[in-house]
Amino acid sequence: MKRFDIYMSGVGGQGIGLLSEAVIRAADHAGLSVCGVDTHGLAQRGGMVESFVRIGGEVTTPLVRKGSASLILALERTEALRAVEAYAASGGVLLYFDTLWQPLDVRLGKADAVSAEDVEEVCRRLNVRHMAEKRDLPDVRMQNVALLSRAAKEGLIPGVEMEHYRKALEDLLPERVLAENLEVLEG
Amino acid sequence: MKNLGEMLLRQDSFSEIVLGNTALARAMIESGTEVVTSYPGSPTPEIASALLSVPGEKRPFYFEFSTNEKVATEVACGASLNGHPSCVFFKSVGLNVAADSFVQLSLLELEGGLVAVLGDDPGANSSQNEQDNRHFARMAYIPVLEPSSPSEAYRYYLEAMALSRRKKMPVILRMTTHVCHGKEKVAFGAWKGGAVSTESRFDTSGGPMVPLTAAALEMKRRALARLSLAGCEMDSPAFCEVRKGTDSSRGVITAGLPFRSLLDVLEDSRRTPDILKLGVVYPLPEKAVEEFLRAHDQVKILEELDDVLEKDIKALAFDRGIRVTIVGKADDDDRIGEYTPDKVAEVLAKTWPDMVPLRGAKRQPSLAPRPPQMCPGCGHRSAFHAIRQALSKEDITVADIGCHVLGYLPPYEMGEVLLSMGHSTGTGAGLSLFNGARKVVSFIGDSTFFHAGLPGIVNAVFNNHNLTLIVMENGTTAMTGHQDHPGAGRNANGPSEAIPVRGVLEGLGVKSIREVDAYSQGKLIELVKEAMAEEGFSVVIARHPCMLKYTREQQRNPDYVRKSVEVNQETCDRLHVCVESFGCPSFQRDEDGGVNVSRELCIGDGSCVQTCPVKAIGLRKENRGGEKA
Ligand code: SF4
Ligand code: SF4
Repeated sequence: MKRFDIYMSGVGGQGIGLLSEAVIRAADHAGLSVCGVDTHGLAQRGGMVESFVRIGGEVTTPLVRKGSASLILALERTEALRAVEAYAASGGVLLYFDTLWQPLDVRLGKADAVSAEDVEEVCRRLNVRHMAEKRDLPDVRMQNVALLSRAAKEGLIPGVEMEHYRKALEDLLPERVLAENLEVLEG
Repeated sequence: MKNLGEMLLRQDSFSEIVLGNTALARAMIESGTEVVTSYPGSPTPEIASALLSVPGEKRPFYFEFSTNEKVATEVACGASLNGHPSCVFFKSVGLNVAADSFVQLSLLELEGGLVAVLGDDPGANSSQNEQDNRHFARMAYIPVLEPSSPSEAYRYYLEAMALSRRKKMPVILRMTTHVCHGKEKVAFGAWKGGAVSTESRFDTSGGPMVPLTAAALEMKRRALARLSLAGCEMDSPAFCEVRKGTDSSRGVITAGLPFRSLLDVLEDSRRTPDILKLGVVYPLPEKAVEEFLRAHDQVKILEELDDVLEKDIKALAFDRGIRVTIVGKADDDDRIGEYTPDKVAEVLAKTWPDMVPLRGAKRQPSLAPRPPQMCPGCGHRSAFHAIRQALSKEDITVADIGCHVLGYLPPYEMGEVLLSMGHSTGTGAGLSLFNGARKVVSFIGDSTFFHAGLPGIVNAVFNNHNLTLIVMENGTTAMTGHQDHPGAGRNANGPSEAIPVRGVLEGLGVKSIREVDAYSQGKLIELVKEAMAEEGFSVVIARHPCMLKYTREQQRNPDYVRKSVEVNQETCDRLHVCVESFGCPSFQRDEDGGVNVSRELCIGDGSCVQTCPVKAIGLRKENRGGEKA
C-alpha cells in the first residue's frame, strides 16, 4: 500500500492523544504498518496540539511534510483552518469537529473568530474535500470519539474498518467509560 | 483496556505499539536495571508513568522522583557504586543542574553500571533553550548513543546498559523529543523475571574513589582510557549503518531523527547519496567514518543543533590526510530548530539542490499562533489578575519555571524575565540593587521551590535583599503532568512526610511571610501591597490546588456533575473585564460584542465571579442548589 499521511490538530485538553492512538491502533488491527507522534509539553495547556500518523509503506519518520497529508482530522474549527493551510495535500480531505475554542487574540478582541465559511473557502482554494461534524454528546470529552466515528463511517482511512476502530477503543479505554464511547463510535 | 504494567512485566517476547519512552521502560526491566531516578521534565516524564504503572509490590526496580536532577544523579550513582544497575533520566536542561556531580561520574568505578537518559529538545518544544547535550559528554568523558526511533531506543538502551556494566562506566542515551514521543510497534525480547539483589557490593579496592590531589589525575587517566576502549567497541556495524544511494560520489553522515527525516526527503529523489547513519555520536566511530570519507568525493554532515560531529569529522579528515570535501553547517539557520523533514529539505537544498525534489509554493499561515494558557479555573490566573492590581506600572516582575510562567503572556504580562529553575529570587535580588523607585516581585512554584529555589531565598535573607517573592503553591508539579513533590505528602512509592513551604521559609529565617488562597483576590491585593511596602525580603504564599488535577480527580467520581457559570445578558454592561483582563479561556466573545461562557471549558469554580464590576457572572441556573443538570 502507498503511504497514507494523516495530520491531526486541536486545542490542548480536547483529547487528541486518544484520537491519534486510536487511529494508530486501528490501522495496526487492520494489519497495516503504522507510526506516529504527538506534540506534548507546554501545548497541553490550551495551546495548539498536533499529531502525525503515517500508515503503510516503509516507516521513515513519524513527522509529515507540509502540504502532504491526505487526511486532516481537527477537533476545533480554528485549528481545522490552520491545519488545512499548513498540511493538507491537494485532493485530500478535511474532517473537523465543529466547535469553537476562541484563541487569545479573538478573546482580546484583536481578531475575528474563524467561521465555518472561512474553513470551506480555504478548502475550496486548496482543493481539499471538506466535512464538518457536529453532534450532541453525553460528555464534551467524547468529541474525539465522535470525530473518529465519522471517519470510520465515511471510510476515510483506506483499509481501516469500523471493527478495527472498535478494537482500538477496547485497547485504550477503561471499562467504566468503554460502553458509552462505543455507543458514540457506532451510533 | 490493555494494561501497561502487565505488558511491561511480560516474560515472553512480544510486539506492541508503544511510545519511545515506554520502550525505554521495558528495556530497563529487561536489562535488570534495579534503581531508576528522575526529576520530571518534558520530553521524558512518560518513562516514569510507564514504570509507575507496575504496581509497587511487583516492581523489579526501585524508582523515585528526586528533589532535582543533581540529587537524582547522585542517588543513581550511589546505587551503582553498591552494585545495582541504575538509570537516571531527565530533560535537556536538567543536565545543567546535575552537572556538578554528572561530570565526576566517569572518574568512578560504577560497579553496577549507570545509564543516563537525556531528553534533548531540538526546537525548544517545551524548554527554555535547545541546548545540545553532546557538549557535556565531551566534558564528562561519557560515550553517547543516539537512537532515531522507539525500536532503536529500546535496543540502544540494552546495549548501553551492557556496555556500562562491562566497563563500569557511565553511558549516555541521548533521546530527542520526537523519539521520546514517537509511537510504533516495537518487538521486545523475553524477560526472565527476578528480584532485586540485596547483596552490598560497595568496595573501594577498585579506587581511588576520592578525586583529590594526585588521585584526580589518575582517575581522569582511567576515565580517558575507558572512553577510548568503549569508543573502539562501538565502532561497529551495530552502531554505524551504511545505506547505498544512486550517486556513489556523494555521501551524508547523520544520526538520530534527522536520519529519518533525510530518508523521507529523499523518497521521491532520483539522485540519492550514500548514507552513514551513526548510532554512537561520541566518541566518533573513527574507522567507520574514515572508510566512508575515503569512499566519497563530497560528504555532507547532517546534524541537528550544533556542529559537534562536523568538527570531529573535519579534524579526523585533516589528521589522516583524507582528500574529501566535507560540507557542514551553511549558516546559523542550520543550527536552529528541529530537523524535521521540511527543515532537512531546506538544509540539503543549500548543498545539493538537485537531490531535493521541488515542492509547491510555501503555505502562508493566515492565523496568529494559539499560545498555551493557564487552564480554566487555574489559581495562577486569579493570583495574577489580583497581583497586577497591587503593582504599579514601573514595578519589575520575575518569572520562574512552571505553569505560572504563562503569566508573561497578555493579558497579565507578569514575569518579564526567565532564566532557569529557581532563578527568580536571585535574579530579582540583582534587579533590586540601586533600584529604589521600582519594586521587584519574583514568582516561584512549589515544586521549583524545593528543586532549586532554596539557595536564592537563603541568599536573600543572608544578604538582606529588598524584594517580594510570591510562592504560587498548587500542591503538585503541574506543568510536567502532576508529579508529587516534597510538599505533597506523597512520593512515587506511597505516603511521605509533607514538607511545608511555610515551615521551610521560617526555618530559613524569613521573617515576613503572608499566606492567602489565590482565589481571594481582594485579600491577595492587600497582602501583596503590605509586603511590598516593607523594607527587605518578604514572601507571600498564594495557594490554590491545581484545578486541572483537581477536576480530573473529581471527574472520576460517578456522581460528578459538571458545573459552569453564565453571564447574565441583562446585567452585562459589556465592560469585558472577564474576557480581556481576567482572561479565563471559557469566556467567548459574541459577534455582537456580548460575552458568553463555553460549557465545554468552564469548570464552574467561580473564581471569575468577583472580577465582574456589575456582577453579571453567576453559577448557571441549573447548577444552583446542587440538582443534577
Ligand atoms: S495544570 Fe494546573 S497549575 Fe497548570 S495551568 Fe492548569 S490548572 Fe493551572
Ligand atoms: S467559573 Fe468558569 S469562567 Fe469562571 S474562572 Fe472558572 S472556569 Fe473560568
